[in-house]
Amino acid sequence: MKTFKVLAGITAGLGLLASTAIAQAQEPVRVGLIFTLSGPPAALGEQARDGFLLAVEKLEGKLGGRDVEVTIIDDELKPDVAVTRVRGLIERENVDFVVGPIFSNVAQAIHRPIVESGTIFISPNAGPSDLAGAQCHPNYFNTSYQNDQVHEVLGAVAQQRGYQRVFLLTPNYQAGRDAMAGFKRHFEGEIVDEVYVPLGQLDFAGELARISAMNPDAVFTFMPGGMGINLVRQFTQAGLKDRVPFLSAFTVDETNLPAQQEAAVGMYSGTTWTPDLDTEGNAEFVEAFEAKYDRVPAMYAMQGYDTAMLLDAAIGSLDGDLSDNEAVREALKTVEFPSLRGEFSFNTNQHPIQNFRLAQVVQRADGKFATSYVETVFEDYGDVYAEQCEMTN
Amino acid sequence: MSNLVQTRAVKTAPAPVWMRSNALAFALFLFFAIAPALAQLGAEGYLLSLVMRVMIFAIAAMSLDLILGYGALVSFGHAVFMGFGAYSVGILMSHRITDFFVQLLVALGVSALFALIAGAISLRTKGVYFIMITLAFGQMAYFFMISLGAYGGDDGLTLRMQSQVFGQDLLGHGYTLYYVIFAAMVGVYFLLRMIVGSRFGRVLRGTRENPVRMEAIGFHPYRYQLAAYVIAGTICGLSGFLLANQTEFVAPAFMTWQRSGELIVMVVLGGMGTLHGAIIGAAAFILLEEALYRITEDWKLIFGPMLVLVALFARGGILGFFRRRK
Amino acid sequence: MYTTLILVQTLNGLQFGIILFLIAAGLTLVFGVMDFINLAHGVQYMIGAYFVYTFTSLTGSFTLGLLIALPAALAFGLLLEVLVFRHLYNRDHLDQVLATFGIILFLNQGVKVIWGASPLFVPVPDLLQGSIEILPGFFYPIYRLAIIAAGLGVAALLYVLVNYTRAGMLVRAGATNAAMVSALGVDIRRLFMIVFGFGAMLAGFAGAMVAPILSVEPGMGDNLLILAFVVIVIGGIGSIRGAFLAAILIGLVDTLGRGFSTDILRLFLDPSAASQAGRAIAPMLIYILMALVLFFRPSGLFPVKR
Repeated sequence: MKTFKVLAGITAGLGLLASTAIAQAQEPVRVGLIFTLSGPPAALGEQARDGFLLAVEKLEGKLGGRDVEVTIIDDELKPDVAVTRVRGLIERENVDFVVGPIFSNVAQAIHRPIVESGTIFISPNAGPSDLAGAQCHPNYFNTSYQNDQVHEVLGAVAQQRGYQRVFLLTPNYQAGRDAMAGFKRHFEGEIVDEVYVPLGQLDFAGELARISAMNPDAVFTFMPGGMGINLVRQFTQAGLKDRVPFLSAFTVDETNLPAQQEAAVGMYSGTTWTPDLDTEGNAEFVEAFEAKYDRVPAMYAMQGYDTAMLLDAAIGSLDGDLSDNEAVREALKTVEFPSLRGEFSFNTNQHPIQNFRLAQVVQRADGKFATSYVETVFEDYGDVYAEQCEMTN
Repeated sequence: MSNLVQTRAVKTAPAPVWMRSNALAFALFLFFAIAPALAQLGAEGYLLSLVMRVMIFAIAAMSLDLILGYGALVSFGHAVFMGFGAYSVGILMSHRITDFFVQLLVALGVSALFALIAGAISLRTKGVYFIMITLAFGQMAYFFMISLGAYGGDDGLTLRMQSQVFGQDLLGHGYTLYYVIFAAMVGVYFLLRMIVGSRFGRVLRGTRENPVRMEAIGFHPYRYQLAAYVIAGTICGLSGFLLANQTEFVAPAFMTWQRSGELIVMVVLGGMGTLHGAIIGAAAFILLEEALYRITEDWKLIFGPMLVLVALFARGGILGFFRRRK
Repeated sequence: MYTTLILVQTLNGLQFGIILFLIAAGLTLVFGVMDFINLAHGVQYMIGAYFVYTFTSLTGSFTLGLLIALPAALAFGLLLEVLVFRHLYNRDHLDQVLATFGIILFLNQGVKVIWGASPLFVPVPDLLQGSIEILPGFFYPIYRLAIIAAGLGVAALLYVLVNYTRAGMLVRAGATNAAMVSALGVDIRRLFMIVFGFGAMLAGFAGAMVAPILSVEPGMGDNLLILAFVVIVIGGIGSIRGAFLAAILIGLVDTLGRGFSTDILRLFLDPSAASQAGRAIAPMLIYILMALVLFFRPSGLFPVKR
């Protein structure tokens, strides 16, 4: 009798566990997307969101075999608003993953609330240095790059090409300062001038006159968004494009090219990926994206897509069972997934180890403008802040 | 604009009976007091975070109401005090000075000092010139904060912890922070009520109506206005101190002219010159923003016209609208 | 090298100042004549840019686009006037702030809904493409010279209109004492409408002219609005002449300040400190200037006598 009771108890217990697992497997995976979807920078947030959703659509609404429920939030580029809304994602929507944001200042604001709640936080774009170094956390993954790395590409290129005198130009905020620091890491020549313009400045007539006067071997700039559009067009209008090589990061990407058009053709950019990169699945991705959204995908879209594919692979490797947080993190960290960038793996600080490339702006046969692959500058490159991160592999 | 010939009467609610006006305030306070219990019915952390934000901005709005509603001084740079309060916490924290009281003292002190200097210069002007000069000071402070690269610049600063009380993380536990903010809001309300009801307050209101007459009686409007400006700035600095603890993050974005504009909107929306109107305005602005946002991404398409309609038809803001219906 | 750089920067400052003037002119008139704080003036500038984008895309020509955009901007301004603004003339400044703030929110979002959030591209007209070598080694874009010319032309036109026509006389009278003008039998409502519409058109013209150089995006008018207010405050509210001079002054101070503050500071401080300080001070210069002007002349440089 006693044995029967024990056996019954065990069977019941197992049945309960099994049903929970089944119940979980039938419940959708909840993903919260938080991007900047209003104001001028909305174009970037929209690309990242669309890239993610395109992947989900391709996977027939499932990640890792489980249905997925996506909630989309706008952070309005206001860190304090983002914090409140992210709390809503975690507590009201009970998301399993928070994916986002675009901008580093928002990432830094929402980092602690998310990781301390036990939710997994994946940044598909922002890569501030302290989250890669001292503030790294097991619940935080980055699927884009560490901000400095993209700028380092141009520094290395400038050095390789023998430029002796370079003029630096960027907005006066942390990302701008980091960009210049990243450039200088591999460039050993002379910086003829380092100009920081107020954030939001739209007219560069003054700075361009200065460049003209100093006649450097090249210009390096990190000038995102609307600022970049204006700089590029004014640079060309002032007749400087033919005289001074233009090296840049995040300035002539596909979100800005529709406004820059011919003015940007021939300019260089540092990146991990281009639409014409010859990797598996890339051509299909670009075609599908353009067919659905009628614009050329930029890095942001690609990163959104890759993040969804990563989640798909990781969840799939766990057979949809997300109950063990440790297992989920391990799966994310080690699973192999088809990245549109080709080689991709995670470093000890859970930031990518990947190839970095030089791209140049071209006009395609169909009349649209895009970046095009020129050469690989760094292979299997991890960021320099990984050693400051105390997480061991 | 000659003040003798054309006195534009500032639209305020008529002087209320003590019990009646404060009754509304008491009702509001009751709601805020029990909100944590109500919040347990829903997404607790999120709702409380939202209500704390409302209370913090209510404090800021009330401080603005003192000079705007009662003094007719339209300050378009008021948000900088929130910034100073918040950055006091942030900067001291990054230098490992984590004590609650020290940070609070610095927040209030810096705000008071800036208010004194900016006010002393700005109050020499009148009308729209005053508005512009307060804006100018606001912008200068904003650009200054951005240029402080060491403290995050434009990206802002994440706080590693909240202000420590006697070395303990009391604020992080349970509802402590919530009730600290609540106490601050109630305290500020009664403090301002007292000020407004005192002789000082009467002189302020008299100056709003007719400065020449006040001077003729023997009061120097400038001194009273400056004192009010400093009080308002200091209280707003308090709200910034609380904001930093609530969001655990400080950024120059707290001090933009758009934020100052939003504070003005909160005061006018609620019904200026009433103090509890400022609380209502802050609540309406923030809660509407959240609620509309859940309906549509393009919530400003609805919110914008709402403000226009309030301006056109609801004289005296929300309070005025309800007062007339009675 | 420095002398030529300074000369080029001066030209840049002039061009910036002219744009500021075009925006501020409408603002100072509206404020001076109607005592109306129009925070939404910045969006009227933005609408001009969006209109020129649409009409240039439709017609394929910038000139045509501009010619259609101007009356469109005028019509839009009048629409706002009839729907909202005319009900607020007698109201308190704060109600005007509230309403115009609401309009900014609505239009910034509306523009995003209609045209999208991405910045838009307006081509520089073929005739004005490229640059000319105004000084050895220094090329200056022809289009910017065109802006300067256009702006000066408008300034001259305004001068003639305000000082030598009956309408202009009414405007000047209205700026001094609107009630009296009304008492003298002038249809003050129509006068207000004309002033407002004209101001809106000027702002729209500025936006349209600037579209080929700067990006057309939601919220593009917001920061310029603040600068425009600084201009009219320094110049003296209600004074077109004041607005012109103040705009040029601010354009020069801002451009030359940003361009050379670091260099000047380097005479006193070491390079990195100079660079830090220069970066901090440069955006503040305009506001410091305004504070100084108001300190010595609390009603601006050319206050309209009342």
